[in-house]
Amino acid sequence: MSAATVTPTPAPAADARISLRGHVRHTGALVRRNLLWIRQDPESMFDALLMPVVFTLLFVYVFGGSIGQALGGGQDGYVQYVIPGMIAMMSMTLSQGVGTGFSQDFNSGVMDRFRSLPIGRGSVLFAKIAVEMLRMLFATAVLMIVAVLVGFDIERWAGLFAAVGLSAVFASSIMWVFITLGVVLKNAQSVQAMGFLVLFPLQFGSSIFAPTQSMPGWLQAFTDYNPLSTLADAARGLMVGGPVAHDLWITLGWSVAITAVMAPVAIHKFRTKT
Amino acid sequence: MKRIDDTPEAAGSAVTVRGLVKHYGETKALDGVDLDVREGTVMGVLGPNGAGKTTLVRILSTLITPDAGRAHVAGYDVVRQPRQLRRVIGLTGQYASVDEKLPGWENLYMIGRLLDLSRKDARRRADELLERFSLTEAAKRPARTYSGGMRRRLDLAASMIGHPAVLYLDEPTTGLDPRTRNEVWDEVKRMVGDGVTVLLTTQYMEEAEQLASELTVVDRGKVIANGGIEELKAKVGGRTLRVRPADPLQLRPLASYLDELGITGLASSTVDTERGAVLVPILSDEQLTAVVGAVTARGVTVSSVTTELPSLDEVFLSLTGHRASAPQDPAPSTEDSREEVAV
Repeated sequence: MSAATVTPTPAPAADARISLRGHVRHTGALVRRNLLWIRQDPESMFDALLMPVVFTLLFVYVFGGSIGQALGGGQDGYVQYVIPGMIAMMSMTLSQGVGTGFSQDFNSGVMDRFRSLPIGRGSVLFAKIAVEMLRMLFATAVLMIVAVLVGFDIERWAGLFAAVGLSAVFASSIMWVFITLGVVLKNAQSVQAMGFLVLFPLQFGSSIFAPTQSMPGWLQAFTDYNPLSTLADAARGLMVGGPVAHDLWITLGWSVAITAVMAPVAIHKFRTKT
Repeated sequence: MKRIDDTPEAAGSAVTVRGLVKHYGETKALDGVDLDVREGTVMGVLGPNGAGKTTLVRILSTLITPDAGRAHVAGYDVVRQPRQLRRVIGLTGQYASVDEKLPGWENLYMIGRLLDLSRKDARRRADELLERFSLTEAAKRPARTYSGGMRRRLDLAASMIGHPAVLYLDEPTTGLDPRTRNEVWDEVKRMVGDGVTVLLTTQYMEEAEQLASELTVVDRGKVIANGGIEELKAKVGGRTLRVRPADPLQLRPLASYLDELGITGLASSTVDTERGAVLVPILSDEQLTAVVGAVTARGVTVSSVTTELPSLDEVFLSLTGHRASAPQDPAPSTEDSREEVAV
């Protein structure tokens, strides 16, 4: 057997620290695990595949005519309006997966195994975030294909990539909220229910699906401060033109603020969970 | 990292626990536990649900921190040196588990990589352990398709990847059928043969006897007895004699007849109608002989007579004078101690 069996004397403290390469290796092994999940269970990609299709068709063909008329561009005008917003919405909804995934890992006991291994706790978090990001990019790609099919005109490729990047940055900050929920709530269903309660008003009380000018004053006050409005408006500016800077900075400001508050909370809850 | 000098560590001790305390609100999951596991031995920790067994294992695996007391594993302090400690332990239990969605091989490969093996070594170790635990044929199937016994074997394999010096087995056979239980026992015996130090928690006296050389009996967070397994068996003093009359109608008359004679051990005889046997607690070979003599004298035809180890209940009855505590204070498992925070 190993030397450790023979000599109980502690080895030098050298292996107490995890090298950067070690962190990369651990995160890689865990990313591989999460990707294998998708291969074992392809249905777990259904939401990322179907949501962009269903929501785009629904909004464009149900509301597109009337909102488009109000906007003054008909249904085609609405497509140009709503698609950048959909990128923002999609990234929010999919970021919930981080929370439900964590919840499942805790309940199945896999997390105890990970936490009893000599790896940095951060590797577990970052691997999950990385895989959710990949899922998000996949959903965005699907969304853009559907968008082009319903008549979206990609005028600025650079703007499109910038909008996707901005959504990803903001989503990564929201993921810390979901990680916290995933750690403190009892099961994946509660995480999903809570996530819905948080996201639904934020998504619909925003400028994602319709301009806010016609909303009552109190609601406008909410939508103006809603980071999803600024994210959607920034994405719109980047992809189809219009003012960008103001919304961009506010969105980035929100991302930094949410991460600064929630990442330490999430990490603390994760570390001290019994 | 220097060794802590005032540690009351016995030489050759792989696990040293002193005055360990862990509270969950009002519940004292551990209430001042002392424990020593000598290197290369198997220590059984026997106790009912809620005795604090799992809490002990979780502290020794650095999953939770104690409220008071000290614990060292392979010389490392559980609170101050968790990273070094994680390198020398293996954990198999009710809660630490494999990833059900991953194939067996992938589970082992992943853990190998997390333990800093090179890709090549991780691959080799996964193959090796699957072979050793007779899982090679199931290597590519997701673990959720495994039978209960295969799952436990994969759990054991996973905890062996890092060549641990100390292995924790937290109720390794709870919920398994007797045949599968034997299978897991055989595997554990082989691992012990390799020189691993094992801390085993269990609710079954039989399991402790099969695997452990020393035993610590815990109840409500306290150690109520400890010592060599033979020593404790002598202390408990009991075996159970199982007498099966050929005619089931003889069951009750035989039981009351034996009780009237007053030749049984601590408790009175009980009847196991399901399996058609009278269970007679006995303390000595003389009592065994006397019971067999009495049955013969009465002219009852017997189809089998076997002796068994006392049940957990009988162990507790003779050690503490009360039955194993009912789980009114349930085991502080992950599920129960999880704090609910509305956000």
